[in-house]
Amino acid sequence: MSASIPQGIADEDIGGPAQPLLSIRGLVKHFPIKGGVLNRTVAVVQAVDGIDFDVAKGETLGIVGESGCGKSTTARLLVRLIDPDAGEVLYDGLKIGAQDGLDLREMRRHVQMVFQDSFASLNPRLTIEDSISFGPKVHGLGAKEAKARARELLQQVGLNPNLFVRRYPHELSGGQRQRVNIARALALRPRLVILDEAVSALDKSVEAQVLNLLQDLKAELGLTYVFISHDLNVVRYMSDRVMVMYLGRVAEIGPVDAIYGNPRHPYTKALLSAMPSMDPDARTQEAPIAGDPPNPINPPAGCRFHTRCPFSEPVCAAKVPDLAAVAGDAKHAVACHMNVAGSGHSRTAGAA
Amino acid sequence: MTGPLVSVEGLRVLFKSADRTVHAVNGVDFALQPGEVLGLLGESGSGKSVTLKALLRLLPASRTTLSGKVTVAGHDVLSMDERALRQYRGGVVSMIFQEPMLAFDPVFTVGDQIAEAVMRHEDVGRAAARGRALEMLERVRIPSAKRRLDAYPHEMSGGMRQRAMIALALACKPQLLLADEPTTALDATVQIQILLLLRELQKEFGMAVIFVTHDVGVAVEVSDRMAVMYGGRIVERGSAADVIRRTAHPYPQGLLASTVHGAMRGTRLEAIPGAPPDLSRMPTGCAFAPRCRLADDTCRSVAPPIAALAPGHEAECHQPRVLSA
Ligand SMILES: Nc1ncnc2c1ncn2[C@@H]1O[C@H](COP(=O)(O)OP(=O)(O)OP(=O)(O)O)[C@@H](O)[C@H]1O
Ligand SMILES: Nc1ncnc2c1ncn2[C@@H]1O[C@H](COP(=O)(O)OP(=O)(O)OP(=O)(O)O)[C@@H](O)[C@H]1O
Ligand code: SF4
Ligand SMILES: [Mg+2]
Ligand SMILES: [Mg+2]
Repeated sequence: MSASIPQGIADEDIGGPAQPLLSIRGLVKHFPIKGGVLNRTVAVVQAVDGIDFDVAKGETLGIVGESGCGKSTTARLLVRLIDPDAGEVLYDGLKIGAQDGLDLREMRRHVQMVFQDSFASLNPRLTIEDSISFGPKVHGLGAKEAKARARELLQQVGLNPNLFVRRYPHELSGGQRQRVNIARALALRPRLVILDEAVSALDKSVEAQVLNLLQDLKAELGLTYVFISHDLNVVRYMSDRVMVMYLGRVAEIGPVDAIYGNPRHPYTKALLSAMPSMDPDARTQEAPIAGDPPNPINPPAGCRFHTRCPFSEPVCAAKVPDLAAVAGDAKHAVACHMNVAGSGHSRTAGAA
Repeated sequence: MTGPLVSVEGLRVLFKSADRTVHAVNGVDFALQPGEVLGLLGESGSGKSVTLKALLRLLPASRTTLSGKVTVAGHDVLSMDERALRQYRGGVVSMIFQEPMLAFDPVFTVGDQIAEAVMRHEDVGRAAARGRALEMLERVRIPSAKRRLDAYPHEMSGGMRQRAMIALALACKPQLLLADEPTTALDATVQIQILLLLRELQKEFGMAVIFVTHDVGVAVEVSDRMAVMYGGRIVERGSAADVIRRTAHPYPQGLLASTVHGAMRGTRLEAIPGAPPDLSRMPTGCAFAPRCRLADDTCRSVAPPIAALAPGHEAECHQPRVLSA
């Protein structure tokens, strides 16, 4: 490769394969809601409220959960589109934004994001070529090299450069626009790509094309993905590990087969059995849980799921359950009092 | 009344503008018995919503050309005048949407709007109409229904608004309910509650339902029969089991193969290549031919015939091949 952006510290694999590419500790983001004549804070949305997780090098971590549980807020915190109120994000062991860590500008080169709305994320007045080459130019690549890279990327995402470089976003279909967004995210040669509902707006037949493309690019370029979707089938298909969120917290996290085959959190179980059946002779007979998810303004105390949980006991409303490993599987963790011996819940593994 | 509740023959809908004509619905035929649930599946732009709107005559008259014959409970829908339509809408046929705010007026309470609808269609006073509104809110299991009568639509959560919209649509016991993706915007745990509620109410009221969705699983949960649309036509129809398990048309075959489900990790998805057709330039042959792996010269030049595969199971294709799943 003749043209390259000057190498930075984070281009190398710093900590070796065992060190997570991302480590998130105690991440918090609350949004104040202003109101009244004085424009004072009248309420606070606890969008993300103390979450911990790692993303291993080369894996796909799926994030699922219902609307408003904090998936997009988490994604925006990871790429620092917004700043956390507390907690830290380590990129390959380097603290982002710290003196001896990784500066934001360099981090943004390595961590890229693709959004759901393929239209809103492209500038309508730029040609496809200009959209894709914009980032590399900002980061110091020459105009000619940046154009060459745009053509190469279009080819990689399955769009013929000769047909597409001069087009504008409105001249593309939804699936084609999402391919362009993916090309644009890859233009800075990132190591990590965060895909926030990246295929959700596409028709099923086109969604399948883009999922295949994402799998190919990951293998070819050695990428790491954080894959966010409310579609449990798609997350299962794409992910090595899955994190289930509920109202700003992690309910459960673990290998994909453990989450889908042996879910431990009552919310994960409810979510999985809420999936429509694909078998006309085995339709769903009963809804797993009743009611709507509560409002993230003033969420329930203790376990946030206790207002809808069929196993809720007094301890659940009184105390926040820790995210702790499931017995016999260190990689599988769940935040439920039933998982902790001595928690005071009558159904703990130890209690009779 | 004997015979079908709904009969649609050769329905066509064109939208004309200065520079182009969109062929949104291109010859749709179907019949629906009283109390039957038809799931209408298809990709974005395939004509599902326009078909439903045609049944309610909700399309903008000035730019729309409607043709064919639509009969619902004895009404000749395409020739009704505005007066007749007002009684027909909400009385004989109701519709629910993805976005409940389309059904409600934001400045009136939910209870008043349901009561208003009842008084428009039935000869009852305000008190009785309010009573019916309360009964309906309880029926769709809105918690503290009595208090919610006086709530404004925006004061309800998403799931509750969806329930209130169902209460409004069913308040006058219509014979036909048109449901246009009513659960698409809902959370998974709420969606299944609403689907089961609709199934229950449909049985109880004995109404026929046309349920539009692009989600195969949702269609399976609610339908007796299914129809799959592509390019403004129904390309395959049959019982839910026929369409899901003995699929014959290459488009629904591709749709099912590209729908991620179960443990498919590590396998490559069989995507349908290409993109949906441009409805302002419809091909003379099969609309799916440009994306179809089986297409030959006949497919590209001659409109496909209807192939009967089993009683009630049909595919519109030159080369239907049942693939059993
Ligand atoms: N800028 C903001 N100001 C105020 N509240 C916000 C802001 N951004 C997000 N929120 C709120 O924070 C909560 C979490 O939102 P977030 O977008 O992270 O959810 P999500 O899990 O991505 O949901 P969805 O599945 O609907 O995309 C929601 O209640 C949302 O309304
Ligand atoms: N009022 C209108 N004027 C012009 N074109 C229209 C109008 N309404 C719909 N169309 C076009 O008719 C075609 C069919 O639209 P329709 O809304 O029926 O699709 P659909 O199958 O419901 O898709 P979706 O799954 O996206 O809701 C589309 O190409 C649409 O753009
Ligand atoms: S902690 Fe209690 S309320 Fe929360 S999921 Fe476990 S049992 Fe249910
Ligand atoms: Mg989101
Ligand atoms: Mg529609």
